[in-house]
Amino acid sequence: MIIDLARFIEKEKPFWAEFDQLLDAHSRGAASAWPLAAVKRFHFLYEKVSSDLVKISTFSGERELRSHLGSLVARGYAAIHARQRRTRRIGLLDWFLRGFPATFRRTIAAFHVAAFITIAGCVFGGIAVLVEPDAKEAIIPGMARELLGSPSERVKDDEQRTPSGRERRTAGAAWYMTHNTRVSIFAVSLGMTFGIGTVALLFYNGAMLGAIVVDYVADGHGLFVTGWLLPHGVVEIPAILIAGQAGLLLAVCLIRPGGRSRKEKLRERLPDVVSLVCGVALMLVWAGIVESFFSPYHAGVLPYWFKIAFGLAEGAVLVTYLSGGFARLGARP
Amino acid sequence: MTSASRTTVLTIVTPEGVSFPLHLASPLVRSVAWMVDVSLIAAVIWALLNLLNPFLVVMPDIAIAFTLLALFAVELGYFILFEWLWKGRTLGKRLLGLRVMDAAGLDLSFHQVVVRNLLRFIDWLPRIYLLGGIVSLLSPRYQRLGDLAAQTIVVRVIPSFEPNLSMIEPGKFNSLRAYPHLIARLRKAVGPDESAVLLNALLRRNALDPDARAVIYAELAQLIRARSTFPAEALDGLSDEHYLGNVADILYRR
Repeated sequence: MIIDLARFIEKEKPFWAEFDQLLDAHSRGAASAWPLAAVKRFHFLYEKVSSDLVKISTFSGERELRSHLGSLVARGYAAIHARQRRTRRIGLLDWFLRGFPATFRRTIAAFHVAAFITIAGCVFGGIAVLVEPDAKEAIIPGMARELLGSPSERVKDDEQRTPSGRERRTAGAAWYMTHNTRVSIFAVSLGMTFGIGTVALLFYNGAMLGAIVVDYVADGHGLFVTGWLLPHGVVEIPAILIAGQAGLLLAVCLIRPGGRSRKEKLRERLPDVVSLVCGVALMLVWAGIVESFFSPYHAGVLPYWFKIAFGLAEGAVLVTYLSGGFARLGARP
Repeated sequence: MTSASRTTVLTIVTPEGVSFPLHLASPLVRSVAWMVDVSLIAAVIWALLNLLNPFLVVMPDIAIAFTLLALFAVELGYFILFEWLWKGRTLGKRLLGLRVMDAAGLDLSFHQVVVRNLLRFIDWLPRIYLLGGIVSLLSPRYQRLGDLAAQTIVVRVIPSFEPNLSMIEPGKFNSLRAYPHLIARLRKAVGPDESAVLLNALLRRNALDPDARAVIYAELAQLIRARSTFPAEALDGLSDEHYLGNVADILYRR
């Protein structure tokens, strides 16, 4: 028990002030340069202030002092314990060349599930349009009106159209980037509905894709639709699938945390989810540029074989990249 | 280790066995902070649109593209940027005295900031954070889906003020001060809530009706006398009010 409170405070105050200063230095990022002795001192002061907080907590009138010591202990606790779970910091280039592809491969099972759901949606959409052509209107959203008409008419119009300087290609690219990124974030977020929302979104995207492709192929325009969709779709569709992969990772944390609490599992998965989302955003920037500046030019301007070859080349680069084929680039010897 | 109750206080217990409270922010206060942030975002967007207006005539394609990207960046980036740079605070949260923290009382990580803000898209559904609001009302720690995914909480940063002790008027000679060991016991015996009630009763002296004041002071004095063991000579001739003033003097003045 502390008999002389004033003396106790006078004796301990320098330690509290020193700990406060070290916490400020820590929050400025100075702790990484501390020698071992400074780290030990920091830990000693944390324990000392903690002990003083316990002692002072028996004094009913010392609300202000308790609050101050409580705040010091809270900051010290956050600094000391957060450090243990902090992952290695990597640079942007390192993350782009190695981090994102490695995360993708480490959690590829969720990607396979996302791809399976999308393919199932494709099959459903394709069969629906084959069996009942009017199903196209139910599956394809009203905002994509140009897809609801006859494929032959659209192909004729597009192939005869010559590029004009009045077309807003840059604005189109920006719209594709932001719209697709929104859809991807949605696919990730819906993982918190135990994955039900993510599965529904992937299936619906697949159904739309299947309905469009089958509609054009059935009308004899398989080459057109391949030349139109492949250049941007070869990056855009995997990007949406990776967003679904991230959403499913969240869902697995809720559904099957694997012997740990959901909180622990979610905490562990967050870096993977963020890495995947950032990778998706980059992929969609590229897909948006291609979709606006390359995909709309058809036979009259660009031969289909060239567009298809371009799409295949992109796909090969993407597969190589995600497989870790560029991991050695920029690596330190 | 943490323990939570619906009373808006989350107690964090460190491995050293020390506990400290975090005051959880209610959905109502959070929504006010959000409205402040949204007003700021709207002002930025308005300024941006006005700035880009002349370019819409000269080079509409680039201007529209820039506007779309800028709007998206502001909408998504505002919360991420400020919460990361200001350690869990946006302008609205700062004004309302709120802060986002790790649910275990630790520092926020960048991943947590990103995930909790990306999930605003689903918390928003179907309109104006209806889903997020319902989830946070049902959650014991007032967490929306973004908070649950990122393992974050929003706390109130409560400033503590020194009480104005000049308003307490103990007798010029505080007879209780002659017994330091009994003072130490008294400080242990009277809890923080009781001492706060005592202080408030004394600080509001002039606002109380004299009869009501006499009753309240008598009850308080009886409560504290039962907890203390001061000898009769130290209490001789002390009215209830004087006695309470002396006790407050001991508890609050060092």
